[in-house]
Amino acid sequence: MLSNTGNFLLLLSILFTFFIIYQSFVCLKKTNDTIFKSIYKISLLQSTTILICFFTLVGAFMVSDFSLINVYQNSHTLKPIFYKISGTWGNHEGSLLLWVIILTIFSFLFLITNKNHPKNYRINTLIIQNILILGFLFFILFNSNPFSSISPIPKEGLGLNPILQDPALAIHPPLLYVGFVGSSIYFSAAMASIITNYSGKSFAQSIKSWVIISWSFQTLGILVGSIWAYYELGWGGFWFWDPVENASLLPWFAMTALLHSLLVLEKRNILYFWSVILCLLTFTLSVTGTFLVRSGILNSVHTFANDPSRGIYILSFLSLMIFASVYILFAKYKPTNDQINSNSKETFILINNWFMMFYLITVLLGTLYPIFTDAISNNKVSVGPPFYNSVIIPVVIIFLFFMAVGPKVKWIKNEFLNFKDLLKIIVGAIAVNFTITYFFKSYSLISNLIIISSVFLIISTILDAFKKSKINFARIISHFSFGFLIFFIGLNHNFSIEKDFNLKLGETKKIDNYNFELKDLKLQQYDNYKAVVGKIQISDLTTNKKRTLNPEIRIYDNPQTLTYEASIKTNFFRDYYLTMSNIDRSDYYNIKFQKKPLMIWIWISVVMLSFGGFLSFIRNAKNN
Amino acid sequence: MQKIIKITIISLLIFILGIFFLSLNKSSNYNTESLVGNKLGEIELVSFEDDSIFTDDDFKMNSFTLINFWASWCAPCRIEHPQLMELSKENNIKILGVNFKDKKINALKFLKDLGDPYEYLARDSNGKQSVNFGIYGIPESILIDNKLTIIKKFVGPLTKQDLNNIKKIINNL
Repeated sequence: MLSNTGNFLLLLSILFTFFIIYQSFVCLKKTNDTIFKSIYKISLLQSTTILICFFTLVGAFMVSDFSLINVYQNSHTLKPIFYKISGTWGNHEGSLLLWVIILTIFSFLFLITNKNHPKNYRINTLIIQNILILGFLFFILFNSNPFSSISPIPKEGLGLNPILQDPALAIHPPLLYVGFVGSSIYFSAAMASIITNYSGKSFAQSIKSWVIISWSFQTLGILVGSIWAYYELGWGGFWFWDPVENASLLPWFAMTALLHSLLVLEKRNILYFWSVILCLLTFTLSVTGTFLVRSGILNSVHTFANDPSRGIYILSFLSLMIFASVYILFAKYKPTNDQINSNSKETFILINNWFMMFYLITVLLGTLYPIFTDAISNNKVSVGPPFYNSVIIPVVIIFLFFMAVGPKVKWIKNEFLNFKDLLKIIVGAIAVNFTITYFFKSYSLISNLIIISSVFLIISTILDAFKKSKINFARIISHFSFGFLIFFIGLNHNFSIEKDFNLKLGETKKIDNYNFELKDLKLQQYDNYKAVVGKIQISDLTTNKKRTLNPEIRIYDNPQTLTYEASIKTNFFRDYYLTMSNIDRSDYYNIKFQKKPLMIWIWISVVMLSFGGFLSFIRNAKNN
Repeated sequence: MQKIIKITIISLLIFILGIFFLSLNKSSNYNTESLVGNKLGEIELVSFEDDSIFTDDDFKMNSFTLINFWASWCAPCRIEHPQLMELSKENNIKILGVNFKDKKINALKFLKDLGDPYEYLARDSNGKQSVNFGIYGIPESILIDNKLTIIKKFVGPLTKQDLNNIKKIINNL
């Protein structure tokens, strides 16, 4: 029953999409500057149909309708209702439906919120966006249909992968999708803008809010995924340069560059083609990321949904998208003679863009290199943190200095830079750094420079807030949080302690200034899993403080899987992080202990960073 | 100059997309070729029904044995099951099923619903025995001869083509 309803709604959506495209072409031929009312109506119907279609699938998951293969493969009657619902998008087919929802809703919202822009530009945006929607709807219907039925109907489902049964992971995909699927709308708008010659300030204004909102969500989405990996995967860090993490970071770099280049386009009417390229690049990178994850090409912990037939479809779609956009761009490209003074805000923003492109290319190379070597020479190589850290970190230092100075510089032509003030801030930053090394611990030269440059950015951003009469809080908060983020990452990296050892029940081990005792092991039964819970007491021999941590080894029923849950004690100063795993044929347990200072501030910094984005969105909406 | 830039960009894009296409056709499964020709270590598996133990001697009298690792919760195992049912009709081969991290009641129901192709059925409730066979995930199958030498290893569900290959091998005695 639900299978038929779902398929019917999918077909209906395809029909509406065709109709929107057809009506849009008819509308283009009319000379007047109004868009047909029917186009608004069908767009609304299209969004509503897709939403109902999605909720039909949510309903199927809630009532455990195993007549749908998708529900059978990803759910189970004993699963808590929250995870039954989040299971809807915790798999390839359901998550694609979420893709299409964002594509259609953004399409509709762009249509109704940009009424002060010319008809041809809006209609062309609508046509391109709907071609994208159509591509994804066909993909869902013919290759990844969440409404495919199974007969005879199984009595029980196979369950959702236990590591996906987690609150953070339930909200991670929707947040991330608003980010990178949201970028589709400015991909379409950029194409429409080249086709209709609608360039300059007005174009920048029409897409600015969309860029800001998708950037803010993308930032939050990456954060939530990162927090999940921290406590669920038991790796004990905030970023692992995992290929799929990188896949979400690539569009983020492009979006961040775009966010800044739009400021120049809006203010000075220059960098138009560069902004268009960034628009096209952002969504292309988003689809490339999806292709890499879903086709199974990347070897990663995230690769839970792979199938080569999906790969070939997304690759064809991606190729079409790339070549169509490159063709239109080349055909319409006109070299411009943008006059930029080297001592001006636009130069500094352009420098920001170069840095972003440098990071993007570095991460892209690191992510694709193993795929290339494997395809060309059959050599399996993996590019790990040492590559990224050694290439990216030194450049971050220079970047932070530019980021601190940039906002102080005036548009068009800056008269002078107040070097005296900058010098004072640098002295302040060096003083902060040496206070840390003097009282706590000395660290490498590069770490010194990271701390100094991040403190420099923090102080100069705070001073900006007091100096200027018209304060841009969104920018201040974002830049300040970014400085904070790098500062805490630097401290966290240098002051972390990590110990790896084996312990059996009742045993105590002294390592450095800590005593570890495995006091107890309990078997606990929960709804959908049982857990061996360890009670490990950590005594700090310098302060005589005792803390108890309870790591778990979980055995999930459906499907039967073993996971290791970290026990984390967090406060504003540090995290105690402990995982426990069983050792084959032995009564010893392997214990991995980490003390990570100021961990929570890394998360808080990223939340503030995206909050800056949301503030900027509100500010921009008010101004327009 | 502009023309050169355009041609470079397009060539680069074609190269990247071409590599993606090549990668799609590559199996991401690990290579099992090096295992072929090796002898299996000492087999010691607990029977599914009781606590008796299957050892090397149980399999030395068969011309060929296919060791199949499966579980009732594993969706691809369902897909490969018809192949196993067909193979069980062959005379030259016996199938040893190793039930991996499964509940007994679910496993029995699976066999009742889809048929039981296994001459021998062992259980590996905590998954540790399978690791000793070098199993990374399920389903996986290992074809051995009467000297316990590995003839072939199959990663993922057995396909019709795999089935035909096995038939060819066992009937070319």
